[in-house]
Amino acid sequence: MKYTYRLEGLDCANCAAKIEKAVGKLSGVREATLSFITQKLYIDADEIAMPEIILQTEKIIKKLEPDVTVKRF
Amino acid sequence: MKRRKIQIAAGGALLLIAVLVNIKYEWSRLALFIVAYLIVGWDVVLRAAKNVLKGRVFDENFLMSVATIGTFFIAQYAEGVAVMLFYQVGELFQLFAVAKSRKSIAGLMDIRPDYANVEKAGELIRTKPEEVRPGDIIVIKPGERIPLDAVVVDGNSFLDTSALTGEALPREVAPDSELLSGCINLSGVLTARVTKEYGQSTVSKILDLVENAAAKKSQSERFITKFARYYTPAVVIIAAALAVAPPLIFQQGFDIWVYRALSFLVVSCPCALVISIPLSFFGGIGGASRRGILIKGGNYLEALAKTEIMVFDKTGTLTKGVFEVQKIFAVGMPESAVLELAAYAESFSGHPISLSLKEAYGRQLTGGRVTRAEDIAGYGVSAIVDGREVFAGSAALMQKLNVPYTEGDSVGTVVHVAVDKKYAGHIVISDELKSDAAQAVKELKSSIKHTVMLTGDNEYAAKKVAEELGIEKVYSGLLPGDKVRKMEELFALKSAKGKIAFAGDGINDAPVLARADIGIAMGALGSDAAIEAADVVIMTDEPSKIPEAIRISKKTLRIAYQNIILAIGIKTAVLVLSALGITTMWAAIFADVGVTIIAVLNAFRALIIKKGIQKNVSVRSAV
Repeated sequence: MKYTYRLEGLDCANCAAKIEKAVGKLSGVREATLSFITQKLYIDADEIAMPEIILQTEKIIKKLEPDVTVKRF
Repeated sequence: MKRRKIQIAAGGALLLIAVLVNIKYEWSRLALFIVAYLIVGWDVVLRAAKNVLKGRVFDENFLMSVATIGTFFIAQYAEGVAVMLFYQVGELFQLFAVAKSRKSIAGLMDIRPDYANVEKAGELIRTKPEEVRPGDIIVIKPGERIPLDAVVVDGNSFLDTSALTGEALPREVAPDSELLSGCINLSGVLTARVTKEYGQSTVSKILDLVENAAAKKSQSERFITKFARYYTPAVVIIAAALAVAPPLIFQQGFDIWVYRALSFLVVSCPCALVISIPLSFFGGIGGASRRGILIKGGNYLEALAKTEIMVFDKTGTLTKGVFEVQKIFAVGMPESAVLELAAYAESFSGHPISLSLKEAYGRQLTGGRVTRAEDIAGYGVSAIVDGREVFAGSAALMQKLNVPYTEGDSVGTVVHVAVDKKYAGHIVISDELKSDAAQAVKELKSSIKHTVMLTGDNEYAAKKVAEELGIEKVYSGLLPGDKVRKMEELFALKSAKGKIAFAGDGINDAPVLARADIGIAMGALGSDAAIEAADVVIMTDEPSKIPEAIRISKKTLRIAYQNIILAIGIKTAVLVLSALGITTMWAAIFADVGVTIIAVLNAFRALIIKKGIQKNVSVRSAV
């Protein structure tokens, strides 16, 4: 399944790249793409793994860019 | 943003005073520098400290703090404050640029309808488009945007479709006309019946497509992300080595080498690249969508620029796909009888050729005369008409039936008719070239290697079209499956990095569209299947949009490459020069902030799309 999230307040392009890389490494994630310009995070992953992935993603974002809020698109 | 501006202004003023004004006591000058530094950079230092506690070391706040505080220790106060000052200027500029580009892209995509006027019990109720159901009756007043796809029930008007197609000419609508959401009603009040819910309507499909184009990144973008991952740590490690090793080896003072190492830290952010490259690609995609060209991802935009072979489908892509009977050749029966039999035999087919036969026949077809009708894919049809076995279709069909036939010498598609296994004659049907087809091919030939046309039509008609348009290679008489095979053969003609693009109507060509590196669907406005199947969607049916799409992609790529070379080039040069002690920290500031500003401004050019070359309307000819 493909999921899209909006990362509101994402202002640092370098952090975006770091978030993209970290989310892509989570187990169960086939591919993660983060567009800095549209502030959207695309995750391609299994449905079963998603709750855990979302939890971990939010943690990663909290650590790398504390001002960003994650919204389900 | 506002806070940053105040920080920059106040800190900058203090820095100027400290540098320019003749101050008696050195300690008071130092105090000025420190105050200026704290005003300008307190937030950066604070963030850096927080991040270090969280274990993030190679973060730009941290690197900037180390670089600037370091300069204080080697008594280069002015540089220290200036680095922080310009770093903040750069950040401010980036924020501004990103906000601006997000806004202008949102502006490009400003086709989202705000409300629908739903008619209920004779009253008009303003409703959110999402809440309107298919079958509801809506009223669109002049100046309003069509909220959902619908069919006109009452009223006449003109529509401005430019937001969707880039086409300036208004489109006329009357009862039974299809209305596409996103267009603007210009003149009359229209009453319409909604055909699709909002999520399935044209406007939301287009918005989805353009916004999600960012999910498919180009190779250039991926390269930059990878580069950034190694660049910062590498520069920092070299800086550390630079600060320690030479002084120990050459027994020199630490001051010079620490100064050079700090310059490295200033240049250690790959910001110029990580911001400007995605910005260019998104700008290119946004600009193209404004012209009615939807590109589904940065990867396709990049591929378009590398197109070496352009393959066209003929009917509906280069020609209008509107057929007319030109000539009837009959054997042993009147001409009208041949036409009548062919019209009946083809009466169950929806192919444009069948429609034109029915139209030429002119009379209402009476039911019951056709008993068994069958489609012979790629060849034609067979049917029992008035108890006689009728075959109608291509020359290949006649060969298959072993029926000797007369090859027509006319230009166009020839439908041969056989009745009870005997040749009855043929009907010549011709199509018309699109007015901008010749120009599109001409323009393409100046930028790509090969132009090819694939068609199911006969050789004669195909050659004629190709000759008139200047297309090099023609493959005719192809069945749908043959087109994919021909496509595969064409792959041998391109270079390793070159790409093959195929343009078709997107409905009958799905397998070929999928096989090509870049599948381009033409005339896709209102066709979901085409929007789904293709990588690049051209909303109008103009082939001249293809060279335009390639032009936009080349421009975008050029900008991206310029930025990569500029940023990496200047940064490397400054790194080398400051390691050798030839340049000062001021050059490093330029390599960081200056380069970012230049690269971002350059990326903005990708958003600006010039209008295409004026179409030549006079080129019109029968095929």
